[in-house]
Amino acid sequence: MTTKTKKTTKNKKEETDILVNVENLKMYFPVTSGVIIQKEIGQVKAVDNLSFFVRKGETLGLVGESGCGKTTTGRAVLQLYEPTAGKVQFNGIELTELNANEMRAMRKEVQIIFQDPYGSLNPRMSAGDIIGEPLKVHKLVDNKVQYREKVAELLSIVGLSPYMADRYPHEFSGGQRQRIGIARALAVNPSFVVCDEPVSALDVSIQAQVVNLLEDLQAKFGLTYLFIAHDLSVVKHISDRIAVMYLGHIVEIAPANELYFNPIHGYTRALLSAIPIPDPTIEKTRERIILEGDVPSPLNPPAGCVFQPRCTKKDKCKCSETTPVLIEVSPEHWVANCECCMSK
Amino acid sequence: MTTKTSKSKSTTTKKDNVLLEVNNLTTHFFTQDGVVKAVDGISYNVHEGEVVGIVGESGCGKSVGAMSVMKIIPNPPGRIVDGSVTFEGENLVDLDESAMRKIRGNRIAMVFQEPMTSLNPVLTVGRQLTETLELHQGLRGDELIDKAEELLARVGIPDPRGRLSDYPHQFSGGMRQRVMIAIALSCDPKLIIADEPTTALDVTIQAQILELMQGLAKDYGTALIIITHNLGVVARYADRVIVMYAGKIIEEGSAEEIFHNPMHAYTRGLLASVPRLDATDHVRLQTIEGLPPDLIAPPPGCGFAPRCQKKVCKCPETPPAIVEIKKGHYIADCKCCMTK
Ligand SMILES: Nc1ncnc2c1ncn2[C@@H]1O[C@H](COP(=O)(O)OP(=O)(O)OP(=O)(O)O)[C@@H](O)[C@H]1O
Ligand SMILES: Nc1ncnc2c1ncn2[C@@H]1O[C@H](COP(=O)(O)OP(=O)(O)OP(=O)(O)O)[C@@H](O)[C@H]1O
Ligand SMILES: [Mg+2]
Ligand SMILES: [Mg+2]
Repeated sequence: MTTKTKKTTKNKKEETDILVNVENLKMYFPVTSGVIIQKEIGQVKAVDNLSFFVRKGETLGLVGESGCGKTTTGRAVLQLYEPTAGKVQFNGIELTELNANEMRAMRKEVQIIFQDPYGSLNPRMSAGDIIGEPLKVHKLVDNKVQYREKVAELLSIVGLSPYMADRYPHEFSGGQRQRIGIARALAVNPSFVVCDEPVSALDVSIQAQVVNLLEDLQAKFGLTYLFIAHDLSVVKHISDRIAVMYLGHIVEIAPANELYFNPIHGYTRALLSAIPIPDPTIEKTRERIILEGDVPSPLNPPAGCVFQPRCTKKDKCKCSETTPVLIEVSPEHWVANCECCMSK
Repeated sequence: MTTKTSKSKSTTTKKDNVLLEVNNLTTHFFTQDGVVKAVDGISYNVHEGEVVGIVGESGCGKSVGAMSVMKIIPNPPGRIVDGSVTFEGENLVDLDESAMRKIRGNRIAMVFQEPMTSLNPVLTVGRQLTETLELHQGLRGDELIDKAEELLARVGIPDPRGRLSDYPHQFSGGMRQRVMIAIALSCDPKLIIADEPTTALDVTIQAQILELMQGLAKDYGTALIIITHNLGVVARYADRVIVMYAGKIIEEGSAEEIFHNPMHAYTRGLLASVPRLDATDHVRLQTIEGLPPDLIAPPPGCGFAPRCQKKVCKCPETPPAIVEIKKGHYIADCKCCMTK
């Protein structure tokens, strides 16, 4: 077991180190009702005014509970959804302004790995064809021999055997299927990969294999990840920095260890305390903050601070009207500026 | 080190407060492809008021083991082929269905992973609560409604009286699981078996539900079996931990022993493969190479042998016996899988 202090702290980096820059991203979905005539009766504010950046070669973790908008964020960043508003710059290029053709070419650079290793692979295609399809689409190979060589290489990169190319998804285990999804994403040599819950459906021992693989590939190819998951332990392990989402908003963003050892926002603190550590001795004395109530619906989100209805100090809240903005409380550590939600 | 053939022998001293005694329980599924040895000779005890965690990876037989205790194994294709389940002095394996019905939901209750599928969508929550109360406790009229209201209040549902007339879909996932727990509590069971009770729920809701269950178990002296694949949940809530692998128990001990002094290679591998929230340095995760065996044709000896790193297994032919390696700490006696 080797201990490495993961990736030296990258304070004070110049703008040029930023690969993905997201500003005021909004993704609203219309809510319709009516059987024959569909009437728009409201909007789901799945993602509301997100701003964050990802540096070259780093992993930004995105955590939060079901429905808080993690997947929507990943998809809107990759322009798989057309954002309602906001900017997404990739390597200085404004993605929201690209036309369909330009975006298609850009897809070579930005890829996604999906959550569900069962549903995301076409059951009628062999593993080889699933992995090789993007090679054909982007015309990255000249002939069949090259194609087969490249597929074999991709399979071995993700720890599968080249002879498995002819097998079909149902012949693989969950972890192996997730590897196929990773190989497919890597086929086009991307620089940025959105990993949407890539290990959530897997058993812990298999989860560890996939997490290690993602780390190895990052080291080898200098990949940049947006790593989405609801399991904060996994996110903290793989990420350099972590953004915590709640109801379409980022409430806190900080370097991974800083977030764990010095959480400021009430939601972050509750989330951390809700995650048990596999150590009964530590658990005996750990502080537990048990939140009351459920996550409100994004259909009618509370005005002002979105966490207010579940905040233990809500009576003192001063931002019931306007949404708090992120402020930098210490280098690289940003928190939604709601006084009652902030500790100390 | 003393060899034991069945757990019951080694704990006879504590026999007085043993509530559930599972002995050599063996449940197989007779399928077209062959006999699936889903649960293959497991033995354990649960004492009164104790919280026991059962962990293991997908398909290792946790649910089938619990369903066997409750005798709700779909037959065909499944059948309890051997062993006994002694609950309050009675062997449940010998009981007929009508006798079992008096025990299920009454003295032993079960909470499942998916509250939506275990609640009836066309009946109000109140009706589902009163149904069990009527059946097992013979309550009628106002008494029934009052008790139902009290139960919803006990699991922390606001406006309990008003919510009795609501249908399951009008509740959130966490609230539905609370209703399931209220139903489980309705007859003051001696034992609650919770099979992945919070896996489908968000972490903050998961914490709410588990705290609730632990609190209720403490207050009413109910024993609790929590089945989960989440090692953290077990560390936080269980007094004793059972680790299953490929249809068998491979290690059992107090939570402290299992987490601080794991002896079986599989338990150690499992613990080293989960990242810890409180880690300060980045340590590469340990992996367990390979996959669990096919339960139709498992290895004849130690089930973990094909994945064991030492591969000097001395038990390739016969399954290792369970030995008590330290007081209250049991392990499958496979020399290569054991650490000193
Ligand atoms: N295509 C869509 N149309 C309408 N509403 C949507 C759509 N996609 C997502 N939503 C809504 O937007 C909100 C955010 O969903 P999203 O899938 O991004 O959440 P998430 O954080 O990824 O959750 P999970 O952890 O469950 O995957 C949810 O309320 C969801 O119901
Ligand atoms: N009806 C059935 N017919 C055939 N095999 C079955 C049946 N039900 C369960 N099994 C098998 O029995 C084994 C144990 O299953 P079980 O559901 O107990 O696993 P588990 O430990 O609860 O897993 P999980 O964590 O995924 O819930 C598995 O190999 C499963 O495929
Ligand atoms: Mg999602
Ligand atoms: Mg199960």
